[in-house]
Amino acid sequence: MAKAKNNTIKLSFDTQYAPAPESKSSAKIEAKYDLFINGKFEKPSSKKYFDTINPATEEKLSEVADANAADVDKAVKAARVAYDKTWSKMPAKERAKYMYRIARMIQERAREFAVIETLDGGKPIRESRDIDVPLVANHFFYYAGWADKLEYAFPNKKIAPLGVAGQIIPWNFPLLMAAWKIAPALATGNTVVLKPAETTPLTALKLAEIIQESDLPPGVVNIITGAGATGAAIVNHPDINKIAFTGSTNVGKMIQKAVAGTDKKVTLELGGKAANIIFDDAPIDQAVEGIINGIFFNQGHVCCAGSRLFVQESVYDTVLRKLKDRLESLIVGDPMDKNTDVGAINSKQQMENIHKYLKIGEKEGLDMYQSNCVLPKKGYFIRPTLFTNVAQSSRLAQEEIFGPVLTIQTFRTDDEVIEKANNTAFGLSAGVWTDKGSKIFNLATKLRAGVIWANTYNKFDPTSPFGGYKESGYGREGGLHGLGAYLIN
Amino acid sequence: MIAKNTNISIPDFTLSPRIDQVGVEERASRFTKRSIKAETKKNGLLLTLNMIDLTTLEGKDTKGKVQQLCYKAQHLHDAYPGLPTVAAVCVYPSMVKIAKDALGTSGVKVAAVATAFPSGQAPRDVKIRDTKFAVAEGADEIDMVISRGKFLEGEYNFVFDEIAAIKETCGNARLKVILETGELVTYDKVRRASDIAMYAGADFIKTSTGKISPAATMPVTLVMLEAIRDFYYKTGKMIAMKPAGGISKSKLALHYLVMLQETLGTAWMNNEWFRFGASSLANDVLMLLEKERTGVYQSANYFSID
Repeated sequence: MAKAKNNTIKLSFDTQYAPAPESKSSAKIEAKYDLFINGKFEKPSSKKYFDTINPATEEKLSEVADANAADVDKAVKAARVAYDKTWSKMPAKERAKYMYRIARMIQERAREFAVIETLDGGKPIRESRDIDVPLVANHFFYYAGWADKLEYAFPNKKIAPLGVAGQIIPWNFPLLMAAWKIAPALATGNTVVLKPAETTPLTALKLAEIIQESDLPPGVVNIITGAGATGAAIVNHPDINKIAFTGSTNVGKMIQKAVAGTDKKVTLELGGKAANIIFDDAPIDQAVEGIINGIFFNQGHVCCAGSRLFVQESVYDTVLRKLKDRLESLIVGDPMDKNTDVGAINSKQQMENIHKYLKIGEKEGLDMYQSNCVLPKKGYFIRPTLFTNVAQSSRLAQEEIFGPVLTIQTFRTDDEVIEKANNTAFGLSAGVWTDKGSKIFNLATKLRAGVIWANTYNKFDPTSPFGGYKESGYGREGGLHGLGAYLIN
Repeated sequence: MIAKNTNISIPDFTLSPRIDQVGVEERASRFTKRSIKAETKKNGLLLTLNMIDLTTLEGKDTKGKVQQLCYKAQHLHDAYPGLPTVAAVCVYPSMVKIAKDALGTSGVKVAAVATAFPSGQAPRDVKIRDTKFAVAEGADEIDMVISRGKFLEGEYNFVFDEIAAIKETCGNARLKVILETGELVTYDKVRRASDIAMYAGADFIKTSTGKISPAATMPVTLVMLEAIRDFYYKTGKMIAMKPAGGISKSKLALHYLVMLQETLGTAWMNNEWFRFGASSLANDVLMLLEKERTGVYQSANYFSID
């Protein structure tokens, strides 16, 4: 009998998938953007503009106006007039109509928003398309629903808005943070002066275009661009009633000082250094996925990133091996490619800051493990990085890095890990992985963090409040708590 | 008892890793977000064809039906030059000889379902005779079913011993162990049954008979792939995987390949280590390949229905 052939073909499914770039054609980016004040785009009185670049290619995308104190004053005046004359007097259900309209328009132009968010900020298109933009629309829908039901949200309370809110938002979730700030303010009858971060202003300006098209009364939302000085002018403006800030702890402290002695209300959502805790009875493979998602989501530019991993010693070797395997399967590169898992670092400055911490880690003698992925030649990229052999006293375990860098520590008992997890200046979030429900409840009551996820991580929903303890700030955004922050109490 | 695995210590199967349902389903859905284009897509489709176990398991199976299926296995679509054959043809033991003769030296394997397929409700000696017969008829692979009733009663030793006994009966034939995940229901149980099967000597672990719904799903397959990975790290031994039933579209097959690639890596990306148990998948893949080649979809009339 003839020898049977081997019918196994030598075909491999490519280890690197063929490029699958998202089309840029849906995104219209103007060469120059002015300030959105009183329903119109106006030239800045400074006459100055600054560039905003694509961090994945280092190419200039557009230039945006640099607002000075005079521009801020103009925006605040417009917001005040809009508040006094129209917005605070309008029936709540009419306010809701505008918000629903804005939410629908965001959905209609979801692809354009996602593409611009990715071009301007470097986050993978998969995330901006599947997470950021849908959440943005959801926030507007959710708070629109509350606008004419505030007396049910806060029974036995007189419902009264604060006035003009000055809102300063960060570069890690540019459009989402704008939605977190604008939606509850509008639902409660406040007017807004919002400043997006200087490295990622484009989606907020696109939102300004939608707001203009939605016929929202002029001055209800004003969006002005600029850097730290513009932010300071907002914080120090005497006719602002409320400051809502999301950003670094350092700037948060400066704001806190600046508003001391004034009657401005403040909410601050600042840094974090979250503990992600894996017990030996955890569903290990899903926990590993959760660790990866917790620290490498949005390149680690997440204030609630699970940047400190605590692994129970009895499963340490297994977890580490699986983590390294998973690290190698992460696709790092062009954020516009639909298959990219980890995109570009938001700015050169942030990349240098992360490199500084990598050096500190090396100097401290920690063991560093980096993914073997090939990085693009241009643009700001950093390999997903793990540090093992980390002690609680290491700077890497104490300071917020805000990048794709995970420190791994081990622990023996529940009490030990609770103590270590709480031994930080921050308190924004934490994660617990165990198959045992009682352990989850025990840790949830003892961890000092605003959000605690059990057997999952980085889950966001408009109905759920978000905010921190200690140096992670105060006040809550999202859910009913987020509405309360824009009402006189 | 376990000839090939004597150097491996047997763990306590009640301690098999737990699976978080939400987490594993989320992870599985991530694989479906990969965008597979151009050459990657074409390679994936050809590979899918080469991984198919073309199956007919009906009471009304006849010599003629099996012979025609075997011809299709070797000539999927001759209008498209350079296509691979499928991996195997999967039939009842009574049809093994017919299939064997029809396939000749083509390299396409003959797999036989045995052990009182699909229910597995028969005494062990009957199952062993069933297997012996299929092997004697020339089956290259044996697809056995586990005793789900015993498994659900917690009789893990019984299930283990039975698999080990069949493995011994198989001789050189490779043993696929069907867990029938649709009857085990929870991911925890799928994981535990996977561990039992691998330690007892399975060469393949397979999701389903195709007679029970739900059959293969991506999350169930992922749980089994992760069990294979853990077993490989513990013992150094590669185990093959076969999702069966419910995979009839090429797009879904590509998602499975993405999942395989990103969970076990390139070493598993061939038909020695991965199979699709399917009968209608092949034509959908062929239609897509022709579409990629010619730029237009052709009607189903242009593809043979064996």
